[in-house]
Amino acid sequence: MAINEILNLILRILTVAIAVSAPYLFAAIGEMFSQKSGVLNLGVEGIMMLGAFVAFYFAWAYESILLGIILAVFVGALMGLLMSFVSVTLKAKQGISGIGLYMFGWGVAGTLFRLFIGGVEDIAGLPNLHLGFLSELPILGKLLFSHNILVYLAFLLVPISWYVLYKTSWGLKVRAVGSTPRAADTMGTNVNKIRYQCVILGSMLAALGGAYLSVAQANMFANDLVAGRGFIAVALVYFGRWKPFGILKGAMLFSIANGFQRWYQISGSTFPYEVTVIFPYLLIIIVLALSHEKFAEPTALTVPYDREFKG
Amino acid sequence: MDKIKSLEMVNITKKFPGVIANKDVHLKVESGEVLALLGENGAGKTTLMNILYGLYHPNSGRILINDQEVKIDSPKKALDLGIGMVHQHFMLVPSLTVTENVALGIKFKSKFSMDLDNVAQKIKLLSKKHDLNIDSSLLISDLSVGERQKVEIIKALYFNANILVLDEPTAALTPQETDDLIKWLRSVIKEGMGVIFISHKLNEVMNVSDRVEVLRNGKNVFSTPISKTNINQLARKMAGHDVELPTVERKNKFGNTIIELENVWAKNERGLDALRGVNLTIRKGEILGIAGVSGNGQKELAESITGLQKIYKGDIRFKGESIANKSVQSIIDKGMGYIPEDRLHMGTIPGFKVKENLILKDYLRSPFSKIFLLDRTYIKDYCKSTVDEYDVRCPNINTPTHALSGGNIQKLILSRELKREPDALVASYPIRGVDIAAVQYIHEKLLEARDNDMGILLITEELDELINLSDRIAVIYEDQILDVIDTAEADKSKLGLLMAGIKEGSR
Repeated sequence: MAINEILNLILRILTVAIAVSAPYLFAAIGEMFSQKSGVLNLGVEGIMMLGAFVAFYFAWAYESILLGIILAVFVGALMGLLMSFVSVTLKAKQGISGIGLYMFGWGVAGTLFRLFIGGVEDIAGLPNLHLGFLSELPILGKLLFSHNILVYLAFLLVPISWYVLYKTSWGLKVRAVGSTPRAADTMGTNVNKIRYQCVILGSMLAALGGAYLSVAQANMFANDLVAGRGFIAVALVYFGRWKPFGILKGAMLFSIANGFQRWYQISGSTFPYEVTVIFPYLLIIIVLALSHEKFAEPTALTVPYDREFKG
Repeated sequence: MDKIKSLEMVNITKKFPGVIANKDVHLKVESGEVLALLGENGAGKTTLMNILYGLYHPNSGRILINDQEVKIDSPKKALDLGIGMVHQHFMLVPSLTVTENVALGIKFKSKFSMDLDNVAQKIKLLSKKHDLNIDSSLLISDLSVGERQKVEIIKALYFNANILVLDEPTAALTPQETDDLIKWLRSVIKEGMGVIFISHKLNEVMNVSDRVEVLRNGKNVFSTPISKTNINQLARKMAGHDVELPTVERKNKFGNTIIELENVWAKNERGLDALRGVNLTIRKGEILGIAGVSGNGQKELAESITGLQKIYKGDIRFKGESIANKSVQSIIDKGMGYIPEDRLHMGTIPGFKVKENLILKDYLRSPFSKIFLLDRTYIKDYCKSTVDEYDVRCPNINTPTHALSGGNIQKLILSRELKREPDALVASYPIRGVDIAAVQYIHEKLLEARDNDMGILLITEELDELINLSDRIAVIYEDQILDVIDTAEADKSKLGLLMAGIKEGSR
């Protein structure tokens, strides 16, 4: 391959990686808030499914992508409310309630899809922005300045969530509640309220990530659209050590590996593509296994808070 | 809210499933005085204080401030009223800085930013005024126990507390830190602070308090000005019967060396050195006490000997054979007993029944099991007699262990270890947080074991206990043994200095 071709390839992989990392960022940063407050929400995948369906349905039936996204986020909030009621108020085991939420979202989205749409339909999808001369720049124009608006929102979310978590009193409370809820309580923080807020916020972001897939990436809906991205998002939270910029790193790494893998599939190599598909997932597992920093995890993760618990 | 001149709890009753923790309890404290609140474990002191702080809701009863009834339904309310509390287990978030821990309780003007510099400034002023000396930019996890307590005090002062509850404040402090705390207490009382002081250490209580309120089984049993009582009377009122700590006959003949540590080096879980070249010998029939502020390597020392901690240099010999880095099972089989520091989670399996915890080290052996089946009848008889013999108070041997009080869990562990008649025993903080009657019992048993030729390593932060029980005392400081002295030559001030790392010139 000539130098030119290689540069072109790298540019293409990076451009795609930036676009496909957006749903991971939404879902993983949402999950980060949830986990920072002490709630492990394993239902992300199901919330993304339902978010993807709701956004697509309204974008398709009413021809308004904006309406679709807003309603998807609203449905995400309802799913978050359900999750927090079950795991914060009723103190259910979070691993199980999350799996329940996943299956609920998956089942409902699939059923509604069969009822209301039923076949392969597609929409125009969210347009890429044209940012004037910025988009005309050589290399950078394509790489950075020709994405749809949700991509910019996803990347903006990283510094914003960092600021919220580390520079506002709400963020301080979130960090305290997920690590030492009793101490937070004795200082006047309403532990369960903060957890409700975080789980609902996290679910809204997960639904937005799902919506991205159907109205900005695939421009269609199918039962296997989300394809495990919700679970990858949960893994990215661990990968990123519960820090927004860590999650950004993980999402980019995973997306680039994925882009590379896809190029490899179509590059005409005789190496069996089934094996290359594993590559990004394998990478995540290896990095997770090698990077167990002991004191990063919120210490009260998965532990419901009970003020009058004697022990 | 006005400053609190008097605070009164009237007819407080609090029930937990199956237990009445407080029954018609009353208590009154006024500004400028120290009220000592005494009682054995499970007497209801902490429950009562948690009610005062809004953590628990009482089933009935009233709280009056300056003769006005108030409802304290959350800690926030207690803070706002001017009640500060230093909990026995500190209420601090280890992953946050001192400033952030204080900021948790502040309502900032803006939702979008926090003026932490201002908070840090105020903390600096407070710590200067009260001689507390805390760097507010440090993470709580990097602070010692004594420093964390100072942070708790700063928190209370920051929110203008004028009633301060101190729940066993001296339990984990060095003698010097305790003296500083008491000095500080005297100064704030002069300024009008009212203090509720909970402690098991009766000499401290006699030293600082103006009045005493004794609880037993959740009820008031005794109330008096301090000038009209004495330590023996208080101990009797708490226990409900006479209590006398065993007096120890000094021994001067010991057996051969049973445990020997030679230049032992070990790393803690963070990968930092936690033992640096430790040399120690323990002889048969001897109690070797380890003095030191907790966190100076005691845990790693105990765990190296019992096989839970790997050592990377040096050797540990038990009965003449090396046991360094051997499996825990093989060390137990060789005759080592262990009373671990965390009695609930390391000493027992909390969800297991009393009888299951009693046979935890023996269930595989005959006569506890035959071939591969447990011998239920034998186990039942064995456990019943053990529980009776060691006075482990539990409804029955099928009760889950976590339902027992701390003192009784400790007696359970003690009985399991001693009944196996080990040649040596490592006892970490055997009386931490247990009441005086249980202390008496545990001490008697340890001395009895010593007289039966067991070699005992006793790790504790209680100097009285060390001086009473040990034949020799080794002082551990920053992962090293600073000195080993005969108990006959030890006194509290000398030990206190050594524990702070100050070694006097040669005699």
